Formats: sequence, structure tokens, C-alpha cells
Amino acid sequence: MTRKTSLTMESNQSNQHNSLLASEADSQRTLYPYVTGTSVVAIKYKDGILMASDMGGSYGSTLRYKSVERIKPVGKHSLLGASGEISDFQEILRYLDELILYDNMWDDGNSLGPKEVHSYLTRVMYNRRNKFNPLWNSLILGGVKNGHKYLGMVSMIGVNFEDDHVATGFGNHLARPILRDEWHENLSFEDGVKLLEKCMRVLLYRDRSAINKLQIAKITEEGVTVSQPYSLKTFWGFSAFQNPTVGAEGSWWVVVRWVRPNPDQKKLRRPPLLLPLILPPRSPQLAANLDA
Amino acid sequence: MSNSAIDVPPKGGFSFDLCRRNDMLSKKGVQPPSYRKTGTTIVGLVFQDGVILGADTRATEGPIVCDKNCEKIHYMAPNIYCCGAGTAADTEAVTDMVSSQLQLHRYHTGRESRVITALTLLKKHLFNYQGHVSAALVLGGVDVTGPHLHTIYPHGSTDTLPFATMGSGSLAAMAMFESKYKEGLTRDEGIKLVVEAICSGIFNDLGSGSNVDVCVITKGHKEYLRNHLLPNPRTFVNPKGFSFTKKTEVLLTKITPLKEKVEVIEGGDAMEE
Repeated sequence: MTRKTSLTMESNQSNQHNSLLASEADSQRTLYPYVTGTSVVAIKYKDGILMASDMGGSYGSTLRYKSVERIKPVGKHSLLGASGEISDFQEILRYLDELILYDNMWDDGNSLGPKEVHSYLTRVMYNRRNKFNPLWNSLILGGVKNGHKYLGMVSMIGVNFEDDHVATGFGNHLARPILRDEWHENLSFEDGVKLLEKCMRVLLYRDRSAINKLQIAKITEEGVTVSQPYSLKTFWGFSAFQNPTVGAEGSWWVVVRWVRPNPDQKKLRRPPLLLPLILPPRSPQLAANLDA
Repeated sequence: MSNSAIDVPPKGGFSFDLCRRNDMLSKKGVQPPSYRKTGTTIVGLVFQDGVILGADTRATEGPIVCDKNCEKIHYMAPNIYCCGAGTAADTEAVTDMVSSQLQLHRYHTGRESRVITALTLLKKHLFNYQGHVSAALVLGGVDVTGPHLHTIYPHGSTDTLPFATMGSGSLAAMAMFESKYKEGLTRDEGIKLVVEAICSGIFNDLGSGSNVDVCVITKGHKEYLRNHLLPNPRTFVNPKGFSFTKKTEVLLTKITPLKEKVEVIEGGDAMEE
């Protein structure tokens, strides 16, 4: 009898222990992201690294914040760009702040380079993922130290690699094909910026959470420069966008055909004009198109 | 009152009777056979004289490539072609069906088919089946009203665009188009851009691969360039070739030349009324 009661007491205790643990774990685990940033694109160029991202922070499908800086310098030699949950990005910046501070306090003339910071971030992300409590970000770490350029990426599950050009989120699908085609060693600064702008423009057209306000950051041996926010020029003037349904039955747009008069006929004829039975409203746009 | 006495005419549209049975079977662990998909890159663009369509040539069955060189640009009418992505059977069947309907319509009206006719027939059919006919199409052609390019989604919605991409490689191909397309391209520039977009899909998307097919349609003339570019040649071919193991005994060698099955008789009897 005593054995039975002691067993039940043990199981009770373990149950309590388990339920405590479970409730603790549930309240701390990241389940979904809330305020998110979209893609970041980065390339190596002649003097260092160029990184571009837009400044939008979306809350689900609303564009909540339009001045989020998603590229930040880290220490003397690195730039960190992040997509995904903005609060987790801010937490990562705090961790890195602490890391750089401790490194400075050694005061030994050594400073953490981009490779070291990338390694640290990989460990942090992977360990968090193993505890089922990830930091919901895809990070890009770029920098130059002692003439060596470094560009690497870490995802939220800890996948990390180093490459000449990287992108996060939608940029993987839209920007990487362009970069694979057009990137080459020793790009000049202007060419690098043009290439990044090309990628950001495609992302602006085709990513629903992108906004037309971006920053480009540059890091070289001399230091970091983060540009002021600016917007890209877009082109919407394709003729097929102006009247897409011209000629279709029942559409508002009509086909006005001017027929060349028959050269055999002696008398002059006014060219015939085809008009539908119901005339569409004469909008200024239509008038401009017809007159052109 | 017996219910069977009332004769209800069969309703149109998809019959969902077997869905419950399929659900029950899948709960019991019975896997249905996987569809042969054309995980694809298909593109189309309008250039100054007409329309250019492009497609890759890989057909996949889950993770396996089942056809290395399939044809994804389907004939609809002499002046209209259609690229298909999604389930291969669905794209083939739907384009064949609408192609026959267009032919009958041509006999009926005595005129060249219009692209919007094909568009309406396709979207009617696809909407009727509520997205279960998994066919995503890029339809292009030149008719009396000019060059047209449309995309049709499996649920039946359509878009009219100057340039379009569909399939799993559509993002990679669209990246190429968005950065390089402009109005009034010449034929060579157009073909070059289409080839670039398809190659972007082939090399950046796992569902697309092998070769590039191109189809150029202009007023009164069409050119189907099958395997226009072969960027994935077989590089390492065994020089010895294939031979049976030495112990195989050859019992009999018989060579039969293939001959025509159908004999065409000139001036034969007319069909009976």
C-alpha cells in the first residue's frame, strides 16, 4: 500500500513538473511572425559589399511601418541586414551589441570581423531552433576585414553559407536569377548599385509586401555608409496596359479602323469609320489614345 | 411516396460524389498515384509584329523527371498556340478539346479563329471545373484584330498582358522579363529575351530543365522552333556503347523494315451518306 501511494505521489509531482514546464515553454515559443520585413539583397563588389533593402514593416497584410531600417552596421567591419520578424531583429542587434562591447573591453587591438560575427549568429540561430523557439529572421552578414570581403547568410533554422551574392525571402526567387546571370568579379560601385536597383525594381513590381522606399548600404575597408532613403522609377506605360480589352466583344474599348481609299476609284471618298452601336464614355485618356 | 419516381436531370459541372470515398481511403493510408506534372517555365511576349511563346521541356512525376523532352507548346489553330503548365494530362486534354471546338467554329463561320474565342472557350471550361482541372496556360496568337497574349489560371481567371510567365519557374523568368522587356522589340530581340527567360527558369528552378522550345506567330505566318536551344547536352557518353553480357546467347536475328500502315488510294469511293 505504501508503495502504491508513493508511486502516485511521484507521478503527481512529475505531472505538476510537466505541466509547469509545458506552460512555461508554450508562453515563450515563437509560433508565427507579426511585424515582418521583406527581402534583402547583397553583392560583393570591387571595394567591399553592397546591400539593399526596402524600408517596409508589414503587420500581416497591412503596411504598418514605412521607415524601418533593416540594415545596421555591426562593429567596425560588418553590416547586418535582416528580413522577417522585426522584434527578433532588434533582439539580435542587442546580442551583437553585447558581443562587440565585450570584445572592445578586452582592448587587445583585435576586433571581430564579419566571419566571426557570422559564426556567432549561426550558433545563436541554430541553438534557438533546437529549443523550438526560433528567431524568425533571415540574416545577411557582409563585411571587409584586412582586404578580405565576406558575405554570408543565416536562415531562421540555422542554414548558413557564404557566397558572392545573397538574397532573402522573395529575393531568392526573383533577384538571384538576375544576379547569377549578371554578377561578375570586380564590379564598380556604380555598376553594383545599378545591378542592385535592377533587382529591387523587379521585387517592387512583383512582391506584394515591398514598398518603393529603399536604402542601399556600402561597406569597405574605410567604413560603413548607409544611404538616405530614396525611391525607384517605375514604368507602367505599356500600350497593352492602356486598353487591354480592345476589340473584345462587350468591352468598353473599340477598334477604330481607318481604311485607305481604293486607288482605282476616281472620286475622293471620306475614309469610313467603324463605330459600335453603343459609344463608350469619351474619357480624356481614350481621346488621347485615339488622337495619337 | 417513393423518391425514385422523381427523375432529376443530371446537373452540370464536377461531380463531387467520390470525394468522400477518396477522403476515407487516404485516411486509411491508401496513396493515390501522383500526377505527372509539367513543373515548368512557360513564357510569352508581344513584339512588334506578333507574339513569341517559349517553354522548357521537362515533365516531372514527383521528384523524378519522366520526360526529358516533352512538348509544352500546343497547337490550337493555325494562328494560335498555347503553352501549358500544371498537370500534363489536363493541359493536353483541354488544349486538344478547345482546338477541335475552334476547328468546328472555323467551318461554321468560314473565318480565321480569334484569340479571344479560344480564351473564352478555355476559361469557360476551367471555371466550370472549379480549379480541379489543373491547367495554367499562356495563350498567344495573331488574328484580324492584332496580336494578343493571355494567361489563364486553373480556376478560370484570365489576364491580358504584354509579357507573361507561368509555372514553377515563373518567378525566375519574370525577373528576366521585368528587367529587360520594352515595347516594340524586333523578332531577334524577342527570341533572345524569351530564350533568356526560359534559361533562367531552367537553371534556377528544379521543376524546369532540358531544352528550350520557341514559337513565333506573326500575321499569316508561324514558326515552331522545336528545341531551339539545347543548353543541357549529354556531356559524358560512354564510348564503348551498350553491349549485352558476354554470356548472352543470340538465338535469332530478324530485321523487319517498318512500312506504312495506311494506303492512300487516290479517287477512292466517297463515304456513304
